[in-house]
Amino acid sequence: MKKLLLLGDEAFAQGALDSGISGAFGYPGTPSTEIVEYVQSNQEAIERDVKRAWSANEKTSMEEALGMSFAGKRAIVTMKHVGLNVAADPFMNSAMVGANGGLIVAVADDPSMHSSQNEQDSRVYGKFAMVPIMEPANQQEAYEMPFKAFEISEKYEIPVLFRITTRLAHSRSGVTRRKKLPEKKGSMPEYMYQFMLLPAIARKKYKKLLELQKDLEKESENSPFNKYTDGEDKSLGIITCGLGYNYLMENFKDLKKTHPVLKIGQYPLPRKQVEKITSECEEILVIEEGMPVVEEMLKGYLEKKPKIKGRLDGTLPRDGELNPSLVRKALGLASPQGYEMPELVAKRPPALCVGCPHRDSFQALNEAMEKYGKGHVFSDIGCYTLGFQPPFNAINSCVDMGASVSMAVGAATAGFFPSIAVIGDSTFGHSGMTGLLDAVDKKANVVIMILDNDTTAMTGMQDSVVTGRIESICEGIGVKKDHIRVINPLSRHHDENVKVIKEEIAYDGVSVIIPRRPCIQVYAKRKRDKEI
Amino acid sequence: MKKDIILAGVGGQGILSIATIIGYAVIESGYNLKQSEVHGMSQRGGDVQSHLRISDNEIYSDLIPLGNADMILAVEPMEALRFLPYLAPAGWLITNTKTFENIPDYPEKDKIITEIEQLKNKVALDADGIAKELGTTKVMNMVMLGAASEFLELEYSKLEEGIKSVFGRKGEKIVETNLKAMAAGKKIAQEKK
Ligand SMILES: Cc1ncc(C[n+]2csc(CCOP(=O)(O)OP(=O)(O)O)c2C)c(N)n1
Ligand code: SF4
Repeated sequence: MKKLLLLGDEAFAQGALDSGISGAFGYPGTPSTEIVEYVQSNQEAIERDVKRAWSANEKTSMEEALGMSFAGKRAIVTMKHVGLNVAADPFMNSAMVGANGGLIVAVADDPSMHSSQNEQDSRVYGKFAMVPIMEPANQQEAYEMPFKAFEISEKYEIPVLFRITTRLAHSRSGVTRRKKLPEKKGSMPEYMYQFMLLPAIARKKYKKLLELQKDLEKESENSPFNKYTDGEDKSLGIITCGLGYNYLMENFKDLKKTHPVLKIGQYPLPRKQVEKITSECEEILVIEEGMPVVEEMLKGYLEKKPKIKGRLDGTLPRDGELNPSLVRKALGLASPQGYEMPELVAKRPPALCVGCPHRDSFQALNEAMEKYGKGHVFSDIGCYTLGFQPPFNAINSCVDMGASVSMAVGAATAGFFPSIAVIGDSTFGHSGMTGLLDAVDKKANVVIMILDNDTTAMTGMQDSVVTGRIESICEGIGVKKDHIRVINPLSRHHDENVKVIKEEIAYDGVSVIIPRRPCIQVYAKRKRDKEI
Repeated sequence: MKKDIILAGVGGQGILSIATIIGYAVIESGYNLKQSEVHGMSQRGGDVQSHLRISDNEIYSDLIPLGNADMILAVEPMEALRFLPYLAPAGWLITNTKTFENIPDYPEKDKIITEIEQLKNKVALDADGIAKELGTTKVMNMVMLGAASEFLELEYSKLEEGIKSVFGRKGEKIVETNLKAMAAGKKIAQEKK
């Protein structure tokens, strides 16, 4: 069969489709977004009617996937690493209740923070929840892993965490497909208390989860994704996790002698192989993308023999993404010299597009806020976060999705005035609505600006679940109708817009202002789609 | 056969189409390929890069090691310089000379060109100008692909097929213009190399 040229994300999605999923759930987030997008545009998925619509946030999507698993069908749920914080409650408890239909939680980490607030490592969550983890080294493994993950998930009734990182998620290579599995018909859980975490049942379920760990370790020891290759020079043994293997192999041919290598793609760690390499080698180098998770496990608190090298002792950098050159240095090999970058090269940071509606919103807000000075605007995550940069310098915080509204409420209760929140429409649907309910309940003196550009622009223009519903949501939550104001962020309406913002700042209570105009990229895309 | 190529430019300049077309030709030729993209924030006028690795052997790393690239293919001259640490001593720089100035501290164009001229192996051309003669600067990226094609060791006809597969759904005329643009770029590289 001809190879398919797929991104790591797409390879996982194709593998999930071929292993018989009935649903792909998720909330967009770089670098995970292409998984659900692939399912959404895949002809077979459309014909099979695999469920594939975006959810309001990661927590709801995780729970929807768990519901599909309850109903006896296979499901995946996808998110970026920080999304797993939002879904942490159902994720942790899904390990307790387990799965009926196979369940894979696919999380994409972003070391080096190419487009994220932090570089947390999802393997820590996997270990915390005590679920098996799979971490591919290449696109073909990303394709194969769902088959194995569903097998384990259904055999042991446990969700499996699939962890991928930016480089592989966004890199293409040829993938060979294998025989497809049919979807499951659907069936009730065998025991009706499987999904009941009342304390008396939860205690039993927790013991079961603890006992399961031995079996999961055995699975890892026999996994096709964990591979031990012996080597002649045992002064050093090398353990790689996920795509760390690629950076090792890129340089392996230049080593004078071969070393024993343990390639890991499935956790919990395969105890037998780890014991072999650590007992036979004098030193161990751990090459893992993200945080030093395996390195810390091996090192322990009281350092013993053999010596463990990696990110903690400075052999590799403590933070940031790995690359072949860093690993080359860690192996003690000299790097070829490239050319130097001339000093005159300037940074080219991203900026709001010319014609972006957010530009006009910030201009109006800045003018309305002139008499109060800077420092009053809590904001959130999306294209509009770029309003922090010159020439706008319009916002003062960006913490986690939804935080703008709740932080503004908290500050207002401290007597802070004016207390303004600026949040995007998709982010409002994700987790701004609950904060607004607090604002109404606490009668907070806040102005919440919901920038409605008709899309989730930042992550590549996905549908937003609140489109067409924002005013009715705000009204339903209890914001007074007179203080839900829609404005048109265009320069020709600038003066009226400033006036509206000033009026709502002056009002002592909860105000919502909705600057509404489509993102120009969405506008252009819709026009293109229409032409073709 | 081994070719490591860094594609560089600014978000929206059409780097990903270049990558897709080369990718098509590589797969049709039966070689292995890895092509990593940069997404996210970079779509809003920031710098973008893509690493393209072609080989008849197994390719491990998705990223090209520093000092290993056989070619930097840049659709913007300052971006060409940004990625020089990746270029192998014997590698080639193929770059557009038309600047894309969307930042306040953009350096003087002459100084950029001087830096480029100092390199031993380079082909620098005004791809926007050439594209304009064909009727639209939109095909600037295909002019650059044409210039690079001289060094790619891929059959030219396979690149032509790639253009047809990528732009086919946009109609015969658009395919034609893109093919012409690639041919124009190729001709200039033949003269300059
Ligand atoms: C918990 C979490 N989930 C997902 C993301 C990725 N993400 C960043 S911004 C954004 C949505 C932006 O959409 P919107 O609020 O409508 O603003 P716009 O970009 O359209 O201006 C998403 C999904 C994230 N940073 N954190
Ligand atoms: S993509 Fe849309 S929302 Fe984002 S900066 Fe551009 S116009 Fe604005």
